[in-house]
Amino acid sequence: MTYEWLVRIITNYWPMFIRGAGVTLLISIIGTIIGAIIGLLIGVIRTIPMPERGPKRVFLKFVNFLLSAYIEFFRGTPMIVQAMVIFYGSALVFNVYMDRILAAIFIVSINTGAYMAEIVRGGIISIDKGQFEAAQAIGMNHPQTMLNVVLPQVIRNILPATGNEFVINIKDTSVLNVISVTELFFQTKSIAGNNYRYFEAFFVASIIYFVMTFTVTRILRYIERRLDGPDSYIMIDNQMQVERPEDALRKKGQN
Amino acid sequence: MENVIEIQHLSKSFGANEVLKDINFSVKKGEVVCIIGSSGSGKSTLLRCINLLERPSGGKILYNGENILDEKHDIFKYRTKLGMVFQQFNLFENHNALSNCVVGQMKVLGRSREEAEEVALKFLKVVGMEQYINARPKQLSGGQKQRVAIARALSMEPDVMLFDEPTSALDPEMVGEVLKVMKELAQSGLTMLIVTHEMGFAKEVSDRVVFMDKGVIAEEGPPEQIFNNPKEERTREFLKRVLNQM
Repeated sequence: MTYEWLVRIITNYWPMFIRGAGVTLLISIIGTIIGAIIGLLIGVIRTIPMPERGPKRVFLKFVNFLLSAYIEFFRGTPMIVQAMVIFYGSALVFNVYMDRILAAIFIVSINTGAYMAEIVRGGIISIDKGQFEAAQAIGMNHPQTMLNVVLPQVIRNILPATGNEFVINIKDTSVLNVISVTELFFQTKSIAGNNYRYFEAFFVASIIYFVMTFTVTRILRYIERRLDGPDSYIMIDNQMQVERPEDALRKKGQN
Repeated sequence: MENVIEIQHLSKSFGANEVLKDINFSVKKGEVVCIIGSSGSGKSTLLRCINLLERPSGGKILYNGENILDEKHDIFKYRTKLGMVFQQFNLFENHNALSNCVVGQMKVLGRSREEAEEVALKFLKVVGMEQYINARPKQLSGGQKQRVAIARALSMEPDVMLFDEPTSALDPEMVGEVLKVMKELAQSGLTMLIVTHEMGFAKEVSDRVVFMDKGVIAEEGPPEQIFNNPKEERTREFLKRVLNQM
C-alpha cells in the first residue's frame, strides 16, 4: 500500500530528510550570498569608466577580459560537469582533497557569481545616467557613487532575479549528488534504495523542495516590500518648528 | 573683484561635431551670470564642461587661478566647490529628502551626521522644503524635487552654483516656486552661473548675460544691453523669436 509506505518512510526516515534539506539549504543560501557578492563586485569593476589612455587602461582591459572569460565559461558549462571537474580534478591532478560540502558551496558560489555578474551589470546599466552625474557633481568617486547611490538601487532592482537564482540553486544542488554531497536528493536516493520505494521517497522530497522554494520566494517578496518603504511620508510640522534655522546656527556657533 | 572661474579658449567636440569653439569668459565672485541661447547652441555643454561632467577637448579652465584640466589636479575636490542643479533634478532615488542633502556632506566632506543634518536642514529651510525631509523623491512633485536638489547642492557649501536649465522640465505652475528660490539665492550674494530659457528671470536677476549661438559666445554684457539694446544681429533675432512666443 502506497499510503502506508509513505507514512512508514516519513516516520522512519524523517531525520535523514531533514538533514538532507538542511544541507541543501546551507549550500544554496551560502552559495547564493557569495555568488551575489561576486556578482556585485564584478558588476562594479566592469562599469568603472575606461580611462582614455595609459597603463591603467591596459590593466582594466585585461581585468575585464579575465572577468568575461570567467562569466562565459561558468555560464556556458553545466554545473554537474563543473562539479566533476573541480572535485575530482583537484583530487587527482593537484592532490587537494576538498571537503565535499565546501566543494559544493564553492561550485554553487562561482556558478551563481557568473550569472549574478550579468544580472548586476544589467541592473547598473538600468540606473538613470543622471544618478551617476549627480553623485559625481557633488564630488563622489566611482566607489562612493556605487556604494551610496547606485548599488542600493541596483540591489532593489535585481532582488527578483536574485530570488530566481536562489530558487534555482535550491533545486540544482541536487546535481551535486554526483560528488556525494549529502543533500536532499542524495539522502532521498539512499532512502529509496533501502526500501525499493522510489515513488514514496521522492514524493516526500518533492514536497520538501517545494516548501523550501516557496518559503524563500515569500521571504524575498517581503524584503522587497520593506525596501520599497512606506507609500506615504510623514510631514514634519511641530518638531521642526521647535528648532528654527536660527537655533541650528546658534548651536553651530557654540561648537 | 577676482575671477572664480576663468575659461580660456575652451573647445569641445563630440566626434566630428564641434559643439564649443574657442570659448573665453569668466565669472567673478558674487556675480550672477545667465547664459541664454537657442537649443543646441552649446550652453549646457559649456556648463557640463565647467564641472568636468564632459571632458573639454581643448583650452583651459582656471579655478581661482589654477588650471583644473591639469592631470594632477584633484577633480573630486574641485567638484565639491561647484554645486550643480540639473534639468532632470537627479535626486538620489534611494535617499529621502534629508538624506539626499546629507550623504554628500558625510561621504565626501567627511562631516559628522549631526553637523551634516544641521547644514542640510538650514538649506532645506531656505528652499522651503523642511517639512518634507522624510519624503522620497518619487513622492515629490517636480518643483519640490528641484528645490530639494538646490538644497542638496547648497549643503556642500560650494563657491559657485551651476544651474542647467533648472525649470525646463517643470510644469508651468511649478516654475515660479523654483525661480523664487533662485532669486533669493541671487540676492544673498551667491556666485551663480545659470543656463536658462526664462528671459524675464534672466533680465531680473543677472549681473551679466551671455548669449551663445552655434558654439560661440555671440554677445555678452549687462542685461539692459542684451535685452533692450543688443549689439549683435543674431541676439536681436533670437530675442525676437523667444519673446514673441510668450
